[in-house]
Amino acid sequence: MKIQLNNNPEEFVGLEKVTVTELLRLKNFTFKLLVVKINNKPIGRDQYDTSVIHDGDDVLVIHLISGG
Amino acid sequence: MTFEEIRTILSGYTVGIAGAGGLGSNCAASLARVGVGKLIFADFDIVEESNLNRQYFFYDQIGMKKVEALSDNLLRINPSICLVPIDEKLTAESIAFNFGECDVIVEAFDEAEMKQMIIEAVGLYFPDKLLVSAMGLGGIGNMNEMKVNKFGNLWVCGDMNMEVGEGNPPIAPRVCVAANMQADAVVEYLIELKIRKLKDESVGLYKD
Repeated sequence: MKIQLNNNPEEFVGLEKVTVTELLRLKNFTFKLLVVKINNKPIGRDQYDTSVIHDGDDVLVIHLISGG
Repeated sequence: MTFEEIRTILSGYTVGIAGAGGLGSNCAASLARVGVGKLIFADFDIVEESNLNRQYFFYDQIGMKKVEALSDNLLRINPSICLVPIDEKLTAESIAFNFGECDVIVEAFDEAEMKQMIIEAVGLYFPDKLLVSAMGLGGIGNMNEMKVNKFGNLWVCGDMNMEVGEGNPPIAPRVCVAANMQADAVVEYLIELKIRKLKDESVGLYKD
């Protein structure tokens, strides 16, 4: 499966699709405050287990940090 | 494009700014200087002495409500700007209520939780609007890491890494860079929007 993750190409060999939860685990994204979007659609925390990422998807995972 | 042409275009647009602290006050000042038509901005806080190391306020404004002090400052820069100051802490609902007429929205909060709130709210209520956020502006140095990261309708200015904290205080140089990256992103987006609109209209003209 090949996707765009934060504007960078990513390849997941041997996987056809992953849930958001699985992606976060694979990429070791352990931060508490995140913004997740799949093809510009926001995905809430309660949807991580059920939202699926497919080949060709444009995925955004931003770690939110304080300051401003 | 000359500055007069830029200013003419920007004078027809409305920008929303969520927060009038380090990011918001500096972003607002730059947008006032280049001639944005209307600014809608919100903050519940008052000016404190500790703000002066980065926020666009002055010593004699300590104790004033930030939205009031910022209004004074912006009108001194550009007396013809239209301002809508909102003296309250924003929620998802008040963002939906107040920022509907904005052509673009700037996220200028300091807390990560508030940044998450507005990104989700804009994604929900105004999915077609551009939201310009800022993340990673603490400390000193690493200027080359400051970038404008464009993710569809969410642009993030900053290095997306240097979280503000005790060892990494937010101070004028980097904060103002992030705030002005936001202002520049707004100007870039609005000019492009206008050019696209003019192209669409001229295509319509020659259709018959």
